[in-house]
Amino acid sequence: MSGKTLYDKLWQSHLVEQREDGSALIYIDRQLIHEVTSPQAFDGLRLAGRQPWRLDANLAVPDHNVPTEARERSGGVAGIVDPVSRLQVQTLDDNCRDFDIVEIDINDVRQGIVHVVGPEQGATLPGMTVVCGDSHTSTHGALGALAHGIGTSEVEHALATQCLVQSKMKNLLVRVDGQLGPGVSAKDVALAVIGEIGTAGGTGYAIEFGGEVVRAMSMEGRMTMCNMSIEAGARMGMVAVDDITLEYVNGRPYAPTGDLWEQAVDAWKDLHSDADAVFDRVVELRGEDIKPQVTWGTSPEMVLPVDGILPDPAAMDNDTRRTATERALEYMGLSAGMAITDIKPDRVFIGSCTNSRIEDLRAAAAVVKGKTIASSIKQALVVPGSGEVKKQAEAEGLDKVFLDAGMEWREPGCSMCLAMNADKLGAGEHCASTSNRNFEGRQGFGGRTHLVSPAMAAAAAVAGHFIDVRDL
Amino acid sequence: MKSFTVLQGVAAPMDRANVDTDLIIPKQFLKSVKRSGFGPNLFDELRYTDEGQPGQDCSTRTLKADFPLNQARYQGASILLARENFGCGSSREHAPWALEDYGFRCIIAPSYADIFYNNCFKNGVLPVVLEASVVEGLFAEMYATPGYQLSVDLDSQLVTTPAGAQHAFDVDAFRKHCLLNGLDDIGLTLESSAAIRDYESKWRQQSPWLFDVIK
Ligand code: SF4
Repeated sequence: MSGKTLYDKLWQSHLVEQREDGSALIYIDRQLIHEVTSPQAFDGLRLAGRQPWRLDANLAVPDHNVPTEARERSGGVAGIVDPVSRLQVQTLDDNCRDFDIVEIDINDVRQGIVHVVGPEQGATLPGMTVVCGDSHTSTHGALGALAHGIGTSEVEHALATQCLVQSKMKNLLVRVDGQLGPGVSAKDVALAVIGEIGTAGGTGYAIEFGGEVVRAMSMEGRMTMCNMSIEAGARMGMVAVDDITLEYVNGRPYAPTGDLWEQAVDAWKDLHSDADAVFDRVVELRGEDIKPQVTWGTSPEMVLPVDGILPDPAAMDNDTRRTATERALEYMGLSAGMAITDIKPDRVFIGSCTNSRIEDLRAAAAVVKGKTIASSIKQALVVPGSGEVKKQAEAEGLDKVFLDAGMEWREPGCSMCLAMNADKLGAGEHCASTSNRNFEGRQGFGGRTHLVSPAMAAAAAVAGHFIDVRDL
Repeated sequence: MKSFTVLQGVAAPMDRANVDTDLIIPKQFLKSVKRSGFGPNLFDELRYTDEGQPGQDCSTRTLKADFPLNQARYQGASILLARENFGCGSSREHAPWALEDYGFRCIIAPSYADIFYNNCFKNGVLPVVLEASVVEGLFAEMYATPGYQLSVDLDSQLVTTPAGAQHAFDVDAFRKHCLLNGLDDIGLTLESSAAIRDYESKWRQQSPWLFDVIK
């Protein structure tokens, strides 16, 4: 019999009941909760007269609707200007109080984007099953956890039963061997993978990222990659536990200490795919071949290396692809044959659960240090992923670097990643964004998003157009 | 949850691949703390000329005349014909809520994104998968026939066209059972409470660091 994959092991250790029809009851160790996808779940519990199964499995934090301007933020929930946003954040507070769920509230220094906060606080750990009503829950797989997004009905289901009804996914290994060149980051790897397999390439699979490049990558880089698994169609992405994982987890507020730590490390050492494990599919990339990436269209798979030329739909023989390309070019206001480096962003957004951690901010700051952003840039927002990230960045003087360059330094939250708060693009505006989705209207009605790494976003801010960060 | 047995209804097109849930229901509507009332904002950016706001009266907004759902021939549609990878992107359950609230009880497409597919079943919406070539054929017939209706039978797992052609589809047994009977799956899972407690106490012994930490 062949060995097990990391996913197989995590699945098996959480299997409560295997049913004859192929479905299974899977135990959930941690549920993260935010204000957008939880109100209807709490209402459901109330209506049915149910209580959460296990209180200490849950942690809540508001992130999507919180304002990022210091002045508005200082007023707490009551200070949120948009009444609809305020009600949603208030509803989370109320629900957490009513059901006795621990919440990190809006002005707690630990507050931030749920997928930044989880690992940072040690609230998500190796070997766990982690769910959240948010598709980027895949981020937590970087710790060697089985983590995926769920809908609101499942939020309610997990609250009420500590389980979910699941069917097992197939195994997909994405192996990146070799070495990344200078100026090339985890974000570029993620985008290159999506460019390779497409936005539906991972549908039905659990992805494991492996290979020399991944082994050498920091935890934050691994989180960036796992975060984008969903953009490749996979609900979950994961990375095997190694010393880099353990070093990251050690000392986090909710991580075990002393004897328990030793015991946990012992268990976590097995969290890797066996040498003889068989994957249903393997995708291989070479690190050396990956250049800084920029998306040009309205789906993350519409991506090119920075020296690329926009595709010509007329030259495509597949109907679906041709229409999609035509529509994307039209929406983006771009034309076939244009160079990526000719695209001029109006705004720059550095933030989101993909790229708002301290290493991301350091990478961006290194590029803009001592420079100023181009006069054609209307706004360059830097939004740290959490209060802790913000504090650390300020201790390192990164806020000064950004402010001196003419960028804005904000309070933590999702911000312009999906524009549920006041931070958004105007119609027709192009944005160099470190977030994860370039869908139509994602960052504001009629907005045009180009996904890039933090260093590439910073480079575009300085140059006024996309440019290979290695040429700056 | 509403049960789903047999549906006979007008089919309407969403003729593009990779329709994401941001497109199905834009984020400003996610600020609602309710689970109903999203229908008027389904495909908001494609349907109206202006940017929709939560709580707005949609009956006074200007419609985009070329958008199929705004055309007389597709009024009252309950079946949505779609393309590859329908429902990709955000996990928002507001997407099936909006489809259901609008009146769609069934989607037919060659493939779906995983989370969306799963969310449909929780809301009485049946996502049917048919071969791309079959879906292509249905699109062609629908475009050629105003008032085109399909019949979808979950029990026998068949889609029937007006001409009588039948297309079989797969659906997982557990989901089929829940949907046919309109079952609340939380109630079903709680029937396994003893097994969950059993598992939990063993798991707690094995991994004590996962318990009693957040409080
Ligand atoms: S940062 Fe963006 S992608 Fe991440 S949780 Fe917030 S809205 Fe979702």
